[in-house]
Amino acid sequence: MMKQFSYRHTKETELIHNMQEAELFTFGGYNEDETEKTGFSNYSYWNSTLHAFLKNRMAFALLVVLMLLLAFTFVQPYLPGQYDPNLIINDASGIQFRNVPPGKQFILGTNSIGQDLWARIWSGTRTSLLIGLSVALAEAVIGITVGVIWGYVRKADFILTEIYNIIDNIPNTIILILISYILKPSVKTLIFAMCLTGWIQMARFIRNQILIIRDRDYNVASRCLGTPAARIIVKNLLPYLVSVIMLRMALTIPAAIGNEVFITYIGLGLPVNIPSLGNLINEGRVLITSPALRYQLIYPTIILSFVTISFYIIGNAFSDAADPKNHI
Amino acid sequence: MLQYLSKRIARSFLTLLIILTAVFCLLRLMPIEGYFQNFDKMTPQQIEVGLKEMGLSDPLPLQIVHFFKDLIRGDLGISRIYRSNVPVSDILADKVPVSIKLGIWSMIVSLFAGLPMGAFMARYQHRLFDKISTFFIVCIQAVPAAVYFLYIQLYGTQLFHVSLLFEIDDPKYWILPVISMSLGNIAFYGMWLRRYMIDESNKDYVKLAKAKGLSEGKVMFRHIFRNAFVPLVQYIPTAFLNTVIGSIYIESLYSIPGMGGLLVTVIKKHDNAMVQGIVLLYACVGVLGLLLGDLMMVMLDPRISLGRKAGDR
Repeated sequence: MMKQFSYRHTKETELIHNMQEAELFTFGGYNEDETEKTGFSNYSYWNSTLHAFLKNRMAFALLVVLMLLLAFTFVQPYLPGQYDPNLIINDASGIQFRNVPPGKQFILGTNSIGQDLWARIWSGTRTSLLIGLSVALAEAVIGITVGVIWGYVRKADFILTEIYNIIDNIPNTIILILISYILKPSVKTLIFAMCLTGWIQMARFIRNQILIIRDRDYNVASRCLGTPAARIIVKNLLPYLVSVIMLRMALTIPAAIGNEVFITYIGLGLPVNIPSLGNLINEGRVLITSPALRYQLIYPTIILSFVTISFYIIGNAFSDAADPKNHI
Repeated sequence: MLQYLSKRIARSFLTLLIILTAVFCLLRLMPIEGYFQNFDKMTPQQIEVGLKEMGLSDPLPLQIVHFFKDLIRGDLGISRIYRSNVPVSDILADKVPVSIKLGIWSMIVSLFAGLPMGAFMARYQHRLFDKISTFFIVCIQAVPAAVYFLYIQLYGTQLFHVSLLFEIDDPKYWILPVISMSLGNIAFYGMWLRRYMIDESNKDYVKLAKAKGLSEGKVMFRHIFRNAFVPLVQYIPTAFLNTVIGSIYIESLYSIPGMGGLLVTVIKKHDNAMVQGIVLLYACVGVLGLLLGDLMMVMLDPRISLGRKAGDR
């Protein structure tokens, strides 16, 4: 390093010594177009984020497929020749189509009481995605609100930290089980039980970040100029946290879908007449001892794994893209 | 040091009291049919008498006092449905050792597999091993445990030629549950150790060690690993809690006669006293796990100031 530097140094001085006075200082002249170019750039945060995200082909492709999947779960019941997910289908002589393997009449076969698996899977995916998205949204809203108050209002810090210390000690799953046991099983119960503790991690994280950037010079300057606190929070603090918030939301969705499967397994899930991926997997699980019927477990798990892996990858890619350090 | 310890322990104890009270109050909302063996055939009068006998129609504060009095004597109530009229503590006494054994084995396996994995990933960054392991970690974290547990059971039982019924004395039957329970934590340790080691390897003291002419392996394991391991310790309690939760699913899946499997059974049978006992026990385990984690941090890292608040991790 040192050697290289001194070499360049000597060479430069040599060059300068050999130059004429006129070569060293030339006037730039006034150019109106040039003056417009400085002091303004058309940098837009969301544009750059979008550009950075689009560069990740894999994540973008997954996002498109996921969107189509979500759209299809809503369109599917209106397509011609579809069965009702709860209809028990009988043949001409009144006997149920039990455990019919995938084939022409039933694309993915039927389950042990003669319901169409294809219709149940799409209906179940819709339920599970609905649960996942609602939980992620609710957690983000509550978590951001509480986190901002926790970090920004000094008086609130003590009491909220104490509450955090207590709640953090109980395993989340135990609360989930407890609430599901006490309340009647329904989609609302599940969403409520999952949100009850989930927001606190988000709030905690936002609080820590806000504590770090709250008293930076530009925020102090803003406060001195009389900017209202709400504007400082929305304009100065939250944009910093976009990438983290998005990542957490994207990871909450697979976690919520997985929790639904778990809660269904321990017998506190949705009633069977509301198909969900948890219900389908649980029905399929009972049959794993006979290899011919494993398709009833495999199809729902394929969809579920695809959805959760997609959210994981998209979340990570988006969070990378939303970080201004990765913008050019 | 002693002052910090006593403060931290007193704090945990206080937290535990608050949690127990809160959970107890919540559990009062349990459906009442869970208190009786043959609820369907009972008249409203009988139900009322029964509730009164169990002290359930008392005002809430009185119930809480009774509950803590019983708790000190080690009395967690009486199971009515799962086993009729057997104290909950007696039933749990048989089950807890099995769960502890499973938990300890899975902790050992995950530490001994996860740490070397993370270390080698950092050592051979961007090489094949790193890529394969990253893929493994993404899969484990993205696919819900509830799903891959099922497939491990499905194909594992065929592979090891074990039946679906659990034999507690045959070590062969412990392999699959322990592996299933460890996978999540292996990914967890691997991911964080890799990140910390890579962060650490850009620091000046590592450059100095390399400049001195120490071999790559020595720098990695003498210097980097040691420093990267300290922040990892704070995740061990979380990992431990994951293990505890995993055990609910795993034990029930493999019908291991432990606490987690029991919880699933009594939930399905609606036995309130049993659910209450097990949930409270899990709450205690949670508090204890975090306490141990904090104490371990203090012992391992001399840089941590002892006067700090317990919550600031």
